[in-house]
Amino acid sequence: MKFAIQINEGPYQHQASDSAYYFTKAVLEKGHEVMRVFFYHDGVNNGTRLTTPPQDDRNIVNRWSELGEQHNLDLVVCVAAAQRRGIVDEGEMQRNGKDAHNIAPGFRISGLGQLIEAGIQSERLVVFGD
Amino acid sequence: MSILHTVNKSSFEKSSLDSCLRYAKDGSTLLLYEDGVYAALKGAASEEKIKSAMQNHKVCALGPDLKARGFSQDRVIDGVSLIDYAGFVDLAAEAEKVQAWV
Repeated sequence: MKFAIQINEGPYQHQASDSAYYFTKAVLEKGHEVMRVFFYHDGVNNGTRLTTPPQDDRNIVNRWSELGEQHNLDLVVCVAAAQRRGIVDEGEMQRNGKDAHNIAPGFRISGLGQLIEAGIQSERLVVFGD
Repeated sequence: MSILHTVNKSSFEKSSLDSCLRYAKDGSTLLLYEDGVYAALKGAASEEKIKSAMQNHKVCALGPDLKARGFSQDRVIDGVSLIDYAGFVDLAAEAEKVQAWV
């Protein structure tokens, strides 16, 4: 079955990012497909590679990048939500005249259309967040 | 085929459980997870609410989230099914759609 995941909450905020991660892993372990993980609102903060939690804490951002690499996941960050919160890839850096970019490996920045498409093309859209 | 309703906030903090139960159709499934699991506890002020919901809905709670909050199975209202993340996936797949009451 084709799943899509939406995350509306930042990492280390409450529990949504962890719940979504364990749910996504369980979906994949059961042999289902995850066609997209869409990060919206504060959820875009899951996609900055500058995140540096203490060494004995889980690294939520790296965990998504690694899962994405293992399973070739489409990790999409909402562009408008990302711009507000300073999540930038190389293209956005140039377009907005910024001096740096910080998007984590495996993530890409795109528009809300990707969420709509995920809702249409997947069989189940599961939302995590506040 | 019905809807899986998920509630992830404590009913002592937010009204999402009440909203969910007001709109959920008979025969649909309720999953309590994250802080939502507090509603699954025996002796909580929400106990009657859950017991009444169980007459029309299947009620589940995420075991790992109960454990993370220090609650063992014997603290959970009889009739509430404890599931793990794989069970969460199965509920989502069995339902027609998933409605998150965030």
